Amino acid sequence: MSVFHQVVKANESAILVGWLKQMSASTRRGDLINDVDLKEQASEFLKLFTEACQKSSDVQSEAFASTQEFLAEIAKSRLEQGFSTSETAMFVLSLKQPIFSAIRDAFKANPSELVSEIWASGDLLDQLAMLTIDSAITIRELTISRQQEEMLELSTPVVKLWDGILALPLIGTLDSARTQVVMESLLSAIVETNSQIAIIDITGVPTVDTLVAQHLIKTITAARLMGADCYLSGIRPAIAQTIVHLGIELIDVQTKAKLSDAFALALQRLGKAVVTTKPSATSPAQGRNRVA
Amino acid sequence: MDRIPILKFGDCLLITIQVDMHDQLALTLQEDLTAQIAKHASRGVLIDISSLEIVDSFIGRMLANIAAMSRILDAQTVLTGMQPAVAITLVELGMSLPGIKTALNVERGMDLLQEFIYREPESEDLHGSEG
Repeated sequence: MSVFHQVVKANESAILVGWLKQMSASTRRGDLINDVDLKEQASEFLKLFTEACQKSSDVQSEAFASTQEFLAEIAKSRLEQGFSTSETAMFVLSLKQPIFSAIRDAFKANPSELVSEIWASGDLLDQLAMLTIDSAITIRELTISRQQEEMLELSTPVVKLWDGILALPLIGTLDSARTQVVMESLLSAIVETNSQIAIIDITGVPTVDTLVAQHLIKTITAARLMGADCYLSGIRPAIAQTIVHLGIELIDVQTKAKLSDAFALALQRLGKAVVTTKPSATSPAQGRNRVA
Repeated sequence: MDRIPILKFGDCLLITIQVDMHDQLALTLQEDLTAQIAKHASRGVLIDISSLEIVDSFIGRMLANIAAMSRILDAQTVLTGMQPAVAITLVELGMSLPGIKTALNVERGMDLLQEFIYREPESEDLHGSEG
């Protein structure tokens, strides 16, 4: 069992001063956190750390639970304040130097003990720094997954264009999880609005590969099984070329280059037409302009 | 032994599936339906599955079989009211039921059948040889 915690306890105030000095030298983020808060956090951590070291030298043990909790809290608040992950880890790592110098002063006479104590304390601090980084990364990952879920909901609106005609403008890359949401929301909208025709517009889909095409075909087949026709629109020339080069079969799918073309076709299928009621000022010759 | 009732409606036969299909029920339905089509010389079969919430590959295959048998007896099958979850399941099972016409509800399905039965000679190309 190492005894460096006794040295730390005896020199607590000196170590704290050294640590604060070290932190202001290494991280230099006076713009993000003020000295009073930093000093409070530092002395709180030092207290928890010395207490834990007296009971155990294993970071994963019960004795370090409160230290771990405190570090997780630090990581969270640091991320919110705008610190980078390495700056957050430096909070713990910068404690090494003042502790090492305190140990050096205490064990001057016994070099072998000095090395073992420095090793023990350095190891502990490294592990605590790793823990801090881990919790910082976990917090970031939680944020990312929450944002992904929000994006799923944001990006799949089903729009009613006319009685019996739905449009589904897709924006962004399609993956399996998103297609599932798209498929479900389209099919339930078909039931709700009693629509015969659904137009899937892929103007906002950057690339179409075999997987995306497969997803689209599945959605269109499911809509057909329910008794609704599905048109695919917004196919850019480059995407048309890609689809042919990949050998994707879209024979059973009604496709159109633009959403307006698909909408005109849908109106025609439903036996509806758009007529101009007022002669247009720009083209007076076109008295009656049938779109459908 | 319970069976699914088959109703005669003019030239068409109506079937509504309101209970969970088990295998024996499906087989009985196939036998009854083919007998009824032959007996009444029906031209159309409408199957409403709006109350069906669970399907498996067997039910999917049975629906495809019914459509194929009806076609041989010169009757067009229309499937109506499929639930979104059922449609997704069938697609995931790889069953796109290519020979079956579908409609959102019974009303539309009936329109589709009438269109098929009465307009067939003039609009051969609209429904194609598969219809």
